[in-house]
Amino acid sequence: MRVGWCCTKAGCTTMNEARAVNTEMSEPVAEPVSRPARRAETPIVPVDSIAGRALVAVIAIMTFLASLAVGAVVLVSAAAGEWQSAVAREVTIQIRPVVGRDAEADVANAVALARAVSGVGEVRAYTKAESAALLEPWLGTGLAFDDLPVPRMILLKLAGHPPADLGGLRKMLLERVPGASLDDHRGWIDRMRGMANSAVALGFAIVALVLTATILSVMFATRAAMATNRPIVEVLHFIGARRGFIATEFQRHFLVLGLKGGAIGGAGALALFALAHLVGAWFRGTPGEDQIGALFGTFSIGLSGYVAVFVQVMFIAAVTALTSRLTVHRTLQGLE
Amino acid sequence: MVRFENVGLRYGLGPEVLRDLSFRIDDNSFQFLTGPSGAGKSSLLRLLFVSLRPTRGLVTLFGHDIATLTKDALATLRRRIGIVFQDFRLLDHLTTYDNVALPLRVLGRREDSYREEVMELLHWVGLGERIWSLPPVLSGGEKQRAAIARAVIARPQLLLADEPTGNVDPALAQRLLRLFVELHRSGTSIVIATHDIALMDQFDARRLVLHQGRLHDYE
Repeated sequence: MRVGWCCTKAGCTTMNEARAVNTEMSEPVAEPVSRPARRAETPIVPVDSIAGRALVAVIAIMTFLASLAVGAVVLVSAAAGEWQSAVAREVTIQIRPVVGRDAEADVANAVALARAVSGVGEVRAYTKAESAALLEPWLGTGLAFDDLPVPRMILLKLAGHPPADLGGLRKMLLERVPGASLDDHRGWIDRMRGMANSAVALGFAIVALVLTATILSVMFATRAAMATNRPIVEVLHFIGARRGFIATEFQRHFLVLGLKGGAIGGAGALALFALAHLVGAWFRGTPGEDQIGALFGTFSIGLSGYVAVFVQVMFIAAVTALTSRLTVHRTLQGLE
Repeated sequence: MVRFENVGLRYGLGPEVLRDLSFRIDDNSFQFLTGPSGAGKSSLLRLLFVSLRPTRGLVTLFGHDIATLTKDALATLRRRIGIVFQDFRLLDHLTTYDNVALPLRVLGRREDSYREEVMELLHWVGLGERIWSLPPVLSGGEKQRAAIARAVIARPQLLLADEPTGNVDPALAQRLLRLFVELHRSGTSIVIATHDIALMDQFDARRLVLHQGRLHDYE
């Protein structure tokens, strides 16, 4: 077996003769380039190509949009939860005036009954003037409310633990304070819950659509980028590379591209949420911020939002890598 | 080494481009494959390096019936065959060194295990000054020698060359032929597909002549 490329047989082309031949060929020959001993191998799939950069841009943009959608759903979901819990923490007792009874005494009695229930925190009875002020937006100012049977309101804030026995309180009020009724806002909460669930479901549907569009865009962009690499697949195939070797080379390369694009898009979306949070904090206390805060909370997507964006970036990178692998197999199918 | 028995090939539903081919390629043999343009030389070469499967007949490579082999087994067989394409098919983003080393990387060898071997071969084919050049700056002759070096670096038992002198001047063609003859002397079977009669006249070897899809063997 031959051990080197310098033949010792008579008449053969030796290495030195080959050099002489090269000189005779009168082709342009560059100056010798000295290089240090090489350590790292050049990647078989080109790292920096126009198609690769375009793919990173597509992945970054689509990940950015998908992350915004996911973040928006997390915000709406959290805000809806806050609305529900805020309303559910408050209960009101309404005391309608009853002829022959002292309204102030009934209010004091109801307050005492409410305070006696464990799980009820703050109890605040609206004064007659405060109750009248609540009606002003509808009845106008300057009316003598003393002549009107204005109901009195008592606001109860629930401590949460232990859960208040509102059924028992309602029963006691019926027995001891005629004209009193307990409203735990159940109907309002049910409607609120329905609306919040609809908003979150709509958000998830939008996220699903955006993710589907993202996956399709990434798949088509990956296939387009792979088309420019077809000659590499062919050469590797012809020199005896196995399917697994070729697919792994491309999968590794496209996984890096997917992670790069996903990280750029995801980081951009997170930066936008952080900016919105900062702007919200900057305007804290203003009427506008109060309204926006009531609707969307603090614009903080929280740990679940960060995890969702991270999972999404990983998923999109995995889709990119898998698409490249499948495209390699499809290309090889056509060559065999 | 290679045995064809009544092999026929057609693309899709078209007519047969190769018909009733029966021949053998022995160990350490040298043959030219020739014929007019469109006679089927490239198709026969593709059958020889298992890029195509015949539509009928038997093809045996290194003792294996290719119809019974898996795709990975065919890839392993392909490693015993070196191929020089007419259009070179060098990868433009890899240096001459990396292009030539590619078959060894595919075999899973580490760079430090083959560095000297690749350097030596590049000097042997006269590309010692072009080791770190990229293919786009190489001349036609240099590309051809790089392609030949890539085809022989893994020491194949069979070397196939498709019009290896088609893009070079007669002087260089003669020297490339000497290179193939030298590889043949070192134990490699050679098949050169060409329609360059002057080239074939320079070396007395078997001629496989394709004409209208049929093969005529002139020992």
